[in-house]
Amino acid sequence: MAISDRLGSDHAAVSSRIANVSRRQFLQGASGLALGLYLGPAFADESTGAAASVFEPNAFVRIGGDNVVTVVSKHLEMGQGTFTGLATLVAEELDADWAQVVVEAAPADAKRYANLLFGIQGTGGSTAMANSWEQMRKAGAAARAMLVAAAASEWKVPAAQIHVEHGIVSHAASKHQATFGQLAAKAAQQAVPTDVKLKDPKQFKLIGSVKTPRKDSAAKTNGSAMFTQDLRLPNMLVAVVAHPPRFGGTVKSVDMAKAKAIAGVVDIVQFAGKPGVFPAGVAVLAKNTWIAKQGRDALVIEWDDSQAFKLSSEEIFTQFRELAKKPGLPAHSSGDAAKALTASNKLIEAEYEFPYLAHGAMEPMNCAVQLSAGKCEIWHGEQLHTADQGAVAGFLGIPLENVTLNQLYAGGSFGRRANPKADFVLEAVAIAKAAGDKGIKAPIKMVWTREEDTRGGYYRPANLHTVRAALDASGKPIAWQQRIVGQSLIKGSPFESALIKNGIDATSVEGADNLPYAIPNLQVELHSPELAVPVQWWRSVGHTHTAFSTESMIDELATAAGKDPYQFRRELLAKHPRHRGVLEMAAVKSGWGTPLAAKAGVKRGRGIAVHESFNSFVAEVVEVSVQKDGTFKVDRVVCAVDCGVAINPDVIKAQMEGGIGYGLAATLYSEITLKDGVVQESNFDRYRPLRINEMPLIQVHIVPSAEKPTGVGEPGTPPIAPALVNALFAATGKRIRKLPIGTQLQA
Amino acid sequence: MIELNINGTPRKHEGDPTMPLLWFIRDELNLTGTKFGCGIAQCGACTVHLEGQPIRACVTPVAAAAGRKITTIEAVHEDKAGLAIQSAWRKLDVVQCGYCQSGQIMSATALLKSNHKPTDADIDAAMAGNACRCVTYVRIRAAIHEAAKTLAA
Repeated sequence: MAISDRLGSDHAAVSSRIANVSRRQFLQGASGLALGLYLGPAFADESTGAAASVFEPNAFVRIGGDNVVTVVSKHLEMGQGTFTGLATLVAEELDADWAQVVVEAAPADAKRYANLLFGIQGTGGSTAMANSWEQMRKAGAAARAMLVAAAASEWKVPAAQIHVEHGIVSHAASKHQATFGQLAAKAAQQAVPTDVKLKDPKQFKLIGSVKTPRKDSAAKTNGSAMFTQDLRLPNMLVAVVAHPPRFGGTVKSVDMAKAKAIAGVVDIVQFAGKPGVFPAGVAVLAKNTWIAKQGRDALVIEWDDSQAFKLSSEEIFTQFRELAKKPGLPAHSSGDAAKALTASNKLIEAEYEFPYLAHGAMEPMNCAVQLSAGKCEIWHGEQLHTADQGAVAGFLGIPLENVTLNQLYAGGSFGRRANPKADFVLEAVAIAKAAGDKGIKAPIKMVWTREEDTRGGYYRPANLHTVRAALDASGKPIAWQQRIVGQSLIKGSPFESALIKNGIDATSVEGADNLPYAIPNLQVELHSPELAVPVQWWRSVGHTHTAFSTESMIDELATAAGKDPYQFRRELLAKHPRHRGVLEMAAVKSGWGTPLAAKAGVKRGRGIAVHESFNSFVAEVVEVSVQKDGTFKVDRVVCAVDCGVAINPDVIKAQMEGGIGYGLAATLYSEITLKDGVVQESNFDRYRPLRINEMPLIQVHIVPSAEKPTGVGEPGTPPIAPALVNALFAATGKRIRKLPIGTQLQA
Repeated sequence: MIELNINGTPRKHEGDPTMPLLWFIRDELNLTGTKFGCGIAQCGACTVHLEGQPIRACVTPVAAAAGRKITTIEAVHEDKAGLAIQSAWRKLDVVQCGYCQSGQIMSATALLKSNHKPTDADIDAAMAGNACRCVTYVRIRAAIHEAAKTLAA
């Protein structure tokens, strides 16, 4: 722990607290609070894991003489259950007892901890389980093989006769048995196997089980879980910032006198922004967050808006509407949609509108930085671990290896902590650098208030889609032409070469350019206007809008064809069994086709939607009750998900519940609106979260599958908006094409 | 100088009496389980108990708590209802990111102390001020019912 040596013992205590969040949780669990009793022989003494007896067969598993199995998570835990999922994979092949397993966050290191689907270390795109499925099981299997080899050598018995179960290694004939901890030192001397045999899925005990509770539950229910907001380093100063009110604005002048007069304000630093990455601003430094905020509020700043973005939302949509009249770049073309549309006498056209959306994670963006002698140490919950590391190294002009990242729990993210340009991380570094230039060597923790978080940009881009589709005489769709207008969230980022091909940003059209329905003439076009409003991925990325336009339009076509919306979809999905599988399951489980219970004076309706995202398939049926005044309640959502092998069914259910609720908030209320370039929403009063009284009953069904596991963090979100407007249409005959729904039904 | 009682321990605050209690608890006492989410009493992440009643610490001046008993998440298990809520939260794996959960648990504990058998409507009324962006509400509701059952047993 060279870092701890440098910063002193207080810091060592902090480090130990972070690294041992799960460890302490284990101990609490062992005391009978939550995780059940585990009374292994030598687990209780934290100091017994002497260096000599630590068995570390690879970068992901460590077993100490104390019998604790530490799984190192290369992925961020931001609520989606990765710590638990990755630990399950290791523990399964290791045949560990679930109670002896703890999870520790990995440092940023692209060599050891890359996401195998990204090539860099990163947590996003619902890929944590998909990319780790074999890697983490192999890590566990290798450790098991070495423990077995150690026991065979110790007991002088054939390895093939050794049995491992619940963390106990045993040999029946000789009646030998030992814990992992007892074998750790000897296992460390065994050769690391080059190839290991993984279990037949029939042998799985933990994968697919409900007996693998979350590893972060205890720490997150007693206040001890460490988030960036909670970090305190010796002498640390908190920085609260003032940002320009408009994107692209800069500081013309600052009067710091009033702020400096506040007792406890240590210093005030002005920092230059990095155009297109993070804004210029002024940061007030204090020991206490409240004092820093008081200081920030007392700053008198004249902003220079001469180069700033000054459009309003209506003007942006007017521009989008003009663009949608012209052909865009082709994202997909099969058959001849234009010709088929001209030939048809049953044409359906619609326009769908989507606002900018803020992520609104409960923990506002923040980042702690310590600069010293050509080195930089960072603490935060990062989704793009090594991209952030590279960005910081580049920004400071120091070698990559001089940038250390400590991964903490993230209080939600929904994509925001995966900024491809490392915006708020670099801002924190810029503040620390500006402070350092004034002789301040203390670590700096930058914290945004809710207002900076909401107004700070990097939104889900506003979008306008137009769809023109045609039915043949029998009511089958024969042509579909879709135009998508929305800013590229990839252009100008390090991912440009990977994700933009022939001018098409794959994340702008995903979910539309691979429309699964059997339509012979399909054309999808894209316009990517460039605006200075910063945009970024938001839980389920392009699918947030493409699922809505495609699943609304297919419903509109079913209506035009006079067919049942479920049967209409089902018939068109003959070649897509996994789409069809979840669709059928959601329909059956919801009682599709049976009448909804009548309520006096209330119109009721049911809507359905199915969508594939991140290689997972989700169908949702929504039931609504609409009052005479147009207000309505979402009563129930029935969800069917096919994500391949269900590693942890309870976490999958939780992600569906949460994904549906997150999407529901956006569908009902959320929009970031601009007036003369100024974001109008700033806090949860106008950017409303969903409340418990608005939460429907949610029932989740998982399709049994032997396919490789795919993501669950995002795929629950896309279908909820279209399923809801389809239900409202069924109830009222009114078709909502603009999000959020807001008061549109009350008009 | 303001004297307070936090989790049974006497504490003194000599700074700005208008500073919200949240920052005294977090930044002065380093009891960081109580969270900052919005600063305007819209999200409930900062919920603590003042004489057993749930309050939003982000808008309560330290001065308003002078001489009164404050309980935070770090001590909620010392109360029977608090322990039942905490255990139910773990049993049902309510948490996701966890950032709002201290506040959720404080509000749920206060509800259960005053109402031993809350209905869904009671839960909605008591918990509507606590936002969860991971949207764990399905489990929050179930866990409150579960805790009520445990307490009744």
